[in-house]
Amino acid sequence: MYYIFDGTYAGYICCVFEAFSRKEIDSRPTRLDLIQTTLFFESRPIETHPERFQRVVQAMEKKIGHAGMKLFYQNFLADEEKAWLNGFQLLIKLFQTETLDLKNYGDPQILQFHQTIKKVNRERHRMKAFVRFMKDSNELYTAIIEPDFNVLPLIIDFFRNRYADQQWLIYDIRRQYGYHYNLKEVQEVFSTAEMLTDESQSLQVSLDLKEEEYQILWKKYFKSTNIEQRKNLKLHIRHVPQRYWKYLTEKS
Amino acid sequence: MFDFGDKLQILADAAKYDVSCSSSGGKRKNIGGIGDSSSSGICHTYTEDGRCVSLLKILMTNYCIFDCAFCVSRKSNDIQRAAFSVKEVVELTMNFYRRNYIEGLFLSSGIFKSADYTMERLMLVVKKLRTEEKFHGYIHLKAIPGASEALLKEAGLYVDRMSVNLEIPTEEGLKLVAPEKDHQSVREPLQTIKTEIIALKEEKKTMKKVPLFVPAGQSTQMVIGATGESDLDIMGTANEFYKSYNLKRVYYSGYIPINPKDSLLPQVGTAPPLQRENRLYQTDWLLRFYGFSLNEILNTQHENLELDMDPKLAWAIRNPQFFPIDINTASYQWIIRIPGVGRQSANKIVQARKFGKLREDQVKKMGIAFNRAKYFMSCADSVFGLGFQYPEQVRKALVKQPLIGEASDSSRLISEVDSYQLTLF
Repeated sequence: MYYIFDGTYAGYICCVFEAFSRKEIDSRPTRLDLIQTTLFFESRPIETHPERFQRVVQAMEKKIGHAGMKLFYQNFLADEEKAWLNGFQLLIKLFQTETLDLKNYGDPQILQFHQTIKKVNRERHRMKAFVRFMKDSNELYTAIIEPDFNVLPLIIDFFRNRYADQQWLIYDIRRQYGYHYNLKEVQEVFSTAEMLTDESQSLQVSLDLKEEEYQILWKKYFKSTNIEQRKNLKLHIRHVPQRYWKYLTEKS
Repeated sequence: MFDFGDKLQILADAAKYDVSCSSSGGKRKNIGGIGDSSSSGICHTYTEDGRCVSLLKILMTNYCIFDCAFCVSRKSNDIQRAAFSVKEVVELTMNFYRRNYIEGLFLSSGIFKSADYTMERLMLVVKKLRTEEKFHGYIHLKAIPGASEALLKEAGLYVDRMSVNLEIPTEEGLKLVAPEKDHQSVREPLQTIKTEIIALKEEKKTMKKVPLFVPAGQSTQMVIGATGESDLDIMGTANEFYKSYNLKRVYYSGYIPINPKDSLLPQVGTAPPLQRENRLYQTDWLLRFYGFSLNEILNTQHENLELDMDPKLAWAIRNPQFFPIDINTASYQWIIRIPGVGRQSANKIVQARKFGKLREDQVKKMGIAFNRAKYFMSCADSVFGLGFQYPEQVRKALVKQPLIGEASDSSRLISEVDSYQLTLF
């Protein structure tokens, strides 16, 4: 049985609620655009009800605490069906058996859970590093990213704390949404036809006068700080995989 | 006359041999300004040689009154000389920072006029960044040997890390290539800063508001392979400096020959000793995080590290009496001594075995290098300890002939080929 939810974490948690209330614990949560065909399996659309979400989340907190809840959220942000299914099955186990020790690394499902979270956190750390802002003529600093996992929610606090005195916008071009900080608060933004053209790196912005100059200086610095005699492209690419190059000023 | 871009190229190129790249350990939070420290540091990009770039690493100037043979900025070297103004460094740092290119600034300098004059210029930069720009990002500042205590202490109030480099690991070696320098002039600033850090920590016990002073601690660097020291010399010096000055890091930098005129140094064109550098870092980690003492890894009978295997494996082969280690009963301190097992995997093992005895297939998935570790550990379903009674066969099974000039990457230099197992029995 496929449970089709709206792609949000609240919707995902409502799948858990539904599975228990209908006794359909073998279901598989998924999103409409991900589903290949409903030919061999039945599907049920799941509505997101805030009260149901709250109930499940409060019950989760009692059993696994705040730390455990963060882990399930990070697992969800992996944005992959198999990670969703694994998390879903662990949550079913949690409520059926009354305990679930997340430190039991010997259990293959728990191990997969932690491995997924590790991947998500690695991508989160990479995004903190690879976001490159461009300053436009309105003093707004804009950046485009294309992360493997949906890590944008995990990095906005970091950017808000660090760049507290400048307006910024970070946009996830794969998932078509972003966050904008206007010196007071952070708001979610979605693309509009006027904002984007078809090419990945051209937002319709007019750049600050000195922006190009600083990009050139950064490229010069990047080249000068390299030690030719220690050249090791394999190691270089391992740290900076090619899929990130188009959004990195120094590699583009 | 060159433009700003040329100046940046010259002064970044001259600074790159100071390999410290860390941006971690800072505790600064953003208070009414811009920037903060990430406690674990962030590598914003990597150079083509594989090293992390997290800071804007530049010299204030590459003019220098000294003539150290191993240094690219030595007085007698015929190169382009340039200097930044205080304003230029501050503006460049802030603009790079706002675009998230860097975590902060790493500022060093050639010695221009005198140690105090140079140190004072560096101080103006960091002071302006903190007080005028309200910059709370990471700053790593070099302590100039010979600068006055007052200047060093004032600089410490503005920066996160300070360092001063030993460069040559022994005094005798240093005298051969830089007769104007000595180790004592390096020890003095390290001692001054260490004393001040301790004094302020004491004050914090009684007073609430104590200023941040070099929160990320101190570090130093040694050049490897310029003069003929053994690995025992190098690690002996490192060990002593860690203890005497509470250093956070010692860096080991393979010497890049850039001086065609000095006959004592390796010839220009000689490859830098990257594998040796890698093994030294591994030894450094064993001493600081794995509970090893120096004489277990290096001693008068064993003065240099093997290049073809990591130092923990080499130690294990020399000490077959400790193996196999039963991962279901041994302490964490012993599990991390198994070759191929790191601290994270050891922690997983210790946590997971509370739920039941661990078998080989479970341990395999926990991130250990199983093909190396299997000779030294036993799990719930291990038939018998493989190979620990036959250290030489184990060595042959795990070591492949290193290719000349192969870049260092320790986890792949050990042969993990299963077919070798057939020759054991």
